[in-house]
Amino acid sequence: MIRTISCTVNSKPVSWQIDVRMSLSEVLRTNGFTSVKEGCGVGECGACAVLLDGIAVDSCLYLAIWADGCNIRTSEGESKGGTLSEVQQAYLDNGSVQCGFCTPGLVMSSTEFVEKHRGEKVTRDQIRKEHAGHICRCTGYESIIRAVEQCMKPYEKGK
Amino acid sequence: MFDFNSYHKAKSVDEAIALLSQNPEAIPLAGGTDVLVRLHGHNKNYRHLVDIHDVAELKKVTMESDGTIVIGSGMTFTGLAHSPVVCENIPVLNEGGSSIGGPQVRNVATVGGNICNGAPSGDSASPLLVLNATVELKGPDGIRRLPLYDFYQGPGQVDRKAGEIMTCLRVAADDYRGWSAHYYKYAMRGAMDIATIGCGAACKVVDGKIAGLRLGFVVAGPTPLRCWRTEEKTIGMQADEELIDIVKNSVLGDLRPRDSWRAAKDFREQIIKTLAERVLREAIKRNIRNTEME
Repeated sequence: MIRTISCTVNSKPVSWQIDVRMSLSEVLRTNGFTSVKEGCGVGECGACAVLLDGIAVDSCLYLAIWADGCNIRTSEGESKGGTLSEVQQAYLDNGSVQCGFCTPGLVMSSTEFVEKHRGEKVTRDQIRKEHAGHICRCTGYESIIRAVEQCMKPYEKGK
Repeated sequence: MFDFNSYHKAKSVDEAIALLSQNPEAIPLAGGTDVLVRLHGHNKNYRHLVDIHDVAELKKVTMESDGTIVIGSGMTFTGLAHSPVVCENIPVLNEGGSSIGGPQVRNVATVGGNICNGAPSGDSASPLLVLNATVELKGPDGIRRLPLYDFYQGPGQVDRKAGEIMTCLRVAADDYRGWSAHYYKYAMRGAMDIATIGCGAACKVVDGKIAGLRLGFVVAGPTPLRCWRTEEKTIGMQADEELIDIVKNSVLGDLRPRDSWRAAKDFREQIIKTLAERVLREAIKRNIRNTEME
């Protein structure tokens, strides 16, 4: 059941031989993208979240073959030339990382959120609702919400 | 690696039907958020998959000339939330859909999957029941349609015959025009949770009287249920406190909640009565407001 998929991972085109039974998270991790964590394996914890054509999906519950032709973004691709992305920097500034296992997935959902809502005034409730697909057992989420707010602030209309 | 024996990817509904007909044991795979969870180990019921993930004809919502809304079974819950046809005409479907799992699940999980899994807790089931939705299936012998209520046969069991694909869910104009509806999911967490009880209500109030009323519950029986006897009692009644009281005290007669590790039966009964009152009150309020605006 071997097939070939071609996609873009963090702006680099790749072509991989995969078994159709493999999840996207397995394929990404096998190819060195180990920021993608497998936590629960059932779509509850969000540690494996990646952006697929700009949309967050749980890569552990997603067949790798479905990613054929897609543009994939993982947490390791977000920093450029040693400089953290604005979301990653905001996580650092707000102490949003403790044990760090949930962080790569959460960073991707925050990235999607910030890019989607840029220029809008968003509520804390909206931030919570759109990050609800992640479980973090350390922070209590407050510092994560603050990091997202920090990213949104400079772009709010009228600022 | 997921554990299955054979895999075929369909590019169209007809190809999926042909593939499913060749292998009666094959299971359609759409969003995968239920099916793939069951494939972490050997599962004798899921050895063969027909992948309908990328069948484009299942991924659209349209309105026919007579006002019938046709919801493709492959629509994701995020897709439904962005569909103008759904948002403007049957927003109650998104009240249910947006309560499913979390964002990443809703980005891939499909409404057809939520129904075809036959879960007694499917959050889209209650809104679709109070919209009187019809299921459309296509198989080797052609197309057939049946009420969603009859499609459910038992826990995890639906009337999808070998070789059939659920192509769409249909909501007729008379079942949503002039109606207002509301769905509320009672669960322990605000996200990533299965409903303890889910309650949907739809109503049509004409000159202060109930011209139509529907109640649909999930996790209140072996399948999602309508409250037929209660609904019938209310026709022609004034939309007032007495009506709310009658509904509240009658709904349990139409439902069969049970004890499970997630909640006790008597607790579920309490929630059912409370939600029947609250959800119906909101649906009536919306209907009166919508009628005044017209």
